[in-house]
Amino acid sequence: MAEAHSALWGLVEEFVVGEQDSRSAEVAAGVKDGIFTVLQVVEALGSCLANPEPRSRAKGMQLLSRVLLECYSRLTEKEVEVLVLFYENRLKDHHLITPHVLKGLMALSMCDVLPQGLAVSVLKSVFQEVHVQSLMQIDRHTVYMIITNFMKTREEELKSLGADFTYGFIQVMDGEKDPRNLLVAFHIVQDIITKNYALGPFVEELFEVTSCYFPIDFTPPPNDPHGITREHLIVGLRAVLVSTSRFAEFFLPLLIEKMDSDVQSAKLDSLQTLIACCTVYGQKDLKEFLSGLWSSIRREVFQTASEKIEAEGLAALQALSACLSRSILSPDAEDLLDSFLNSILQDCKHHLCEPDMKLVWPSAKLLQAAAGGSSRACWKVTANVLPLLLEQYNQHAQSSHRRTILEMTLGFLKLQSRWLDEEDDNGLGNLKEALCTMVFSAVTDSSTQLHQVAVRTLTVLAMQQGFLSSSDIDLVVDHLTRLILQETDSESCMAAIEASGTLAKVHPSVFISRMLPQLCANLQTEPMDINLNESRVVPERFIRQRCLEALAAVSTHQSILKETVPILLDYIGRVHNGEGETNAENVVSICRSLHRVAVQCQLDSEALQFYHEIVLPSLLSLTVQAATQDSGTSCNVLLRDDVLTAMVPVITAACTHLTPELASKSVSQVVALFLDGDVSLFSENNLPSNFQPFQVNGPTELQNHLVSLLMAFVCSLPRNVEIPHLRRLLQHLLSLSLSGCSPFAYSSASKCFAGLINKCPQGDLLDDILQVTAQRIDVGLVDEPSRTRAITLLVWVTKALVLRYHPLSGQLTNKMIGLLSDKQLGPSVANMFSLLVSDSPDIINKACHADIRIMFRQRFFTENVPKLVQGFNSANRDDKPNYLKALSHVLNALPKQVLMPELPSLLSLLLEALSCPDKVVQLSTLTCLEPLLQEAPETLKVHIDGLISKLVSLTLSPAMAVRITALKCILALTKLPLHMLLPYKQQVIRALAKPLDDKKRLVRKEAVETRCQWFLLGSPGS
Amino acid sequence: MVGGSQLENANPLIYRRAGERQVTAQEEDEDAPDRIDDREIFDLIRCINDPEHPLTLEELNVVEEIRVKVSDEESTVSVEFTPTIPHCSMATLIGLSIKVKLLRSLPERFKVDVHITPGTHASEHAVNKQLADKERVAAALENSHLLEVVNQCLSGRSSA
Repeated sequence: MAEAHSALWGLVEEFVVGEQDSRSAEVAAGVKDGIFTVLQVVEALGSCLANPEPRSRAKGMQLLSRVLLECYSRLTEKEVEVLVLFYENRLKDHHLITPHVLKGLMALSMCDVLPQGLAVSVLKSVFQEVHVQSLMQIDRHTVYMIITNFMKTREEELKSLGADFTYGFIQVMDGEKDPRNLLVAFHIVQDIITKNYALGPFVEELFEVTSCYFPIDFTPPPNDPHGITREHLIVGLRAVLVSTSRFAEFFLPLLIEKMDSDVQSAKLDSLQTLIACCTVYGQKDLKEFLSGLWSSIRREVFQTASEKIEAEGLAALQALSACLSRSILSPDAEDLLDSFLNSILQDCKHHLCEPDMKLVWPSAKLLQAAAGGSSRACWKVTANVLPLLLEQYNQHAQSSHRRTILEMTLGFLKLQSRWLDEEDDNGLGNLKEALCTMVFSAVTDSSTQLHQVAVRTLTVLAMQQGFLSSSDIDLVVDHLTRLILQETDSESCMAAIEASGTLAKVHPSVFISRMLPQLCANLQTEPMDINLNESRVVPERFIRQRCLEALAAVSTHQSILKETVPILLDYIGRVHNGEGETNAENVVSICRSLHRVAVQCQLDSEALQFYHEIVLPSLLSLTVQAATQDSGTSCNVLLRDDVLTAMVPVITAACTHLTPELASKSVSQVVALFLDGDVSLFSENNLPSNFQPFQVNGPTELQNHLVSLLMAFVCSLPRNVEIPHLRRLLQHLLSLSLSGCSPFAYSSASKCFAGLINKCPQGDLLDDILQVTAQRIDVGLVDEPSRTRAITLLVWVTKALVLRYHPLSGQLTNKMIGLLSDKQLGPSVANMFSLLVSDSPDIINKACHADIRIMFRQRFFTENVPKLVQGFNSANRDDKPNYLKALSHVLNALPKQVLMPELPSLLSLLLEALSCPDKVVQLSTLTCLEPLLQEAPETLKVHIDGLISKLVSLTLSPAMAVRITALKCILALTKLPLHMLLPYKQQVIRALAKPLDDKKRLVRKEAVETRCQWFLLGSPGS
Repeated sequence: MVGGSQLENANPLIYRRAGERQVTAQEEDEDAPDRIDDREIFDLIRCINDPEHPLTLEELNVVEEIRVKVSDEESTVSVEFTPTIPHCSMATLIGLSIKVKLLRSLPERFKVDVHITPGTHASEHAVNKQLADKERVAAALENSHLLEVVNQCLSGRSSA
């Protein structure tokens, strides 16, 4: 005991006299471990605390406060009481001591056992004894923390102080300048207000002491370790200023003043803060200031050059309108919304009558913003504006004026339909006639510029259930049909197709009865009939195309889909039978339409089931028939590579979202068809049973091509669907991919094999098949004729395994890297690296439920880039480009964030790649560099000289794409810090004079943009 | 824009912008040379900002495609521009911006002539003379305040 006692005295002595700072931690540790008590520490400090020299007393307080900060949770209620009294008393002492006293009080403010009443007494003493703003930043921060702590735990006690607490705090923070402290202070004020502390007569003072920082003007110093941004302060202050409507009378004049300022950021902050205010304020708060607010907002929208400010101005107007609409009125009070809208209408309405003047759109936007506030506001504005617009439409004859008027009308109608409830009368009943007349006249106007707007307006009107009469709806659909079939302007036609898609959901039966028959008729007409139809303006080929697109677009409702899908399939059937035009292009278009239908119905399970059950058997049956028929001389259109390729996404889309039951039923039938020629999938019986798609080297060779359809089906099924006879299927696919004759057949087989391998569960089957595959690829690579097949299979299997992190993937990738130095295959293997890392559109992608680990690219990068770099360094000159090409493919597929940290080590290699004569390497390297250039000034610094001269020389490359991308890179450089670029400015500007005279316009365009940007570097006004 | 200040012409007529030029198959073809044509020159100047309004010269109809003439063979360009009002004090500045943009964007072989559409401005000849005088154009660009305004007209929302 005595030992501990003397140890403590020793430590205290060493701290106070010996200036050994670390001793305080030892004393604190002693108290924590229970070796000494706080009371003993005070005793040991006794003489020191009574020392006449203030510096010694400060030292003593410092030690005690540090101990308390460590040990406050161990103090007893009695100890706390004594310590608080002692500390409060110390506040009266010399100013040197105050900082340490505050630290101690902060420790005590965190004590749970602080007796009732002491919080108030501590605060009173602080408010009374300490002039906070003459303290250092850190000590002011301590005061804020004491207050914050008490507000957290002693709310009731503090509230007993009444408005004195608020007043005390106002004095504490008055004049605060440090952003760190301000953030805390703002938070305290916000709590004072939102937790209902009494403000008493100090509302205006509290507002003044905070609003003096508005708008925040703060730029953090460079390398600021505290990380406080202007945004932090803006948000903190805004929370205070909008926390109560009691500030409104003081704040609104200030807001108006700041909106009128010349500083853009002040305007922006004011508008955004006004928007926030509108959520708290009510009519009576806004009343006096509405006209001032309106004229400021109007001026900003009419005159500003900044889109951001315009947008915020409009948002603020909408917020005001919403706020005024929300307030509850007493029966005799004036409705401010009404008078506010009146003044807006008065200032803006007349501009709507001048559709070719600058202010027409700002006025329309202001009115629309005001109308966006509430249904009441919307009703009032549209009731005033729509009749005027309708009248104006008739008064202006020029199409461009009419278009502007119609566009404005559309804007108001859209707003209005947003407020509309299903049942509600939209309040336009009396305008219906006039609106219809206007829109129907616009849609038939001789000028096509009106059509698109008219179509969009029709859509809005027809979407409002029950507004248009059924005969009007019929007319709408007729107009759309006419635009699709006869309009020469392709954009009007596209708009009509899009509108049909939207409206078909709401009025399916009208589309079935009025539009579909016409589309069908146009698809079925023979080319000769059309020639007789003399007045056609649109070439027949386009009409057919448009009909197909429209059929797909309107298939947004189940009942329509059931009509359109058979029409489309029937059309393929007729091509197969040699009726009509046997044009591959047509079949490809139909497939595209079918695909679109499938994508639209994927989430509607009933529609999808219908689609799947009709489309899959039909396509397979038609193609199997085509492939098994004794074809004679010419190859059937349906078996062409491009047609089959177009069918792949159709089948894929029909399968990816299948229910498990439906999928397992289909999969057994389809697999049986391909493995055993079992035709039970098809309902017709006229199919020959000689379907042997895996048979190579025979008369049935064409049948091999259908493996692409098998691929589309089995590779897109959900992973939990079990595939029957998988081993046999994989063996057949493996053989076909190594021995198939045509590239289409063997690459389809390779892809199908890879797609299955990617999803195949771990186990003996997978191990066995991969072992065999590796062997057969090795054998295939030896022999001349099969080498191309072997690498095709290799790249697909590698991809399948890389994506799922299979252990064998490394070995296969190494094999590919090794082949880069192969005389004959090197260049094509290099190109295949792009296949390895990019998303493939048809199989082994997310939509097909492939097994893809999220970070596979990064992993591939870290594992293989060093090998590629090493390979490059040791390769002989002829093979180097292959490595560079493979490398740039890999880099191109990586997200920028992953690439950035690696850039320093790769940059010199990339620069070398720019000097490589191969234009594919150049292009892919440039594409990879472009987004990185502006991000890495530090890394580029060393290389900038070489980089600029290489980029400049590539602007004269023989390949157009290289010239364009090189110019884009030089443009990207202008985002680098100015001091890095200025030394090169004149050189670059001179060098870019040449591409200005490039023979290709697209190159000149880039050259102009790039050169003009370089001119602006470091020049005033840029 | 300064709070209370009034513009010379606060509510001018606005004209529709020509759409982006469609890229043709010929332009995509590596070997086929594309001649510099009127539209290409027009595209260079139509997005220049007006010094007063947040609008382009095209939207204010100060420049029009039909008032642009180029001959690739003879290496000459002639551009007429039309101030919005006959007393527009900005005419010289607008002409200077057009001239600078063309000088920066065209091959050196071109002779660039920028002048006011005849009969549309009070001091037409004086302005034309200034714009035709190489030395005065060069001297104007030495003036950093003028250069600043010209650069502002040429930067900004380029082809939005």
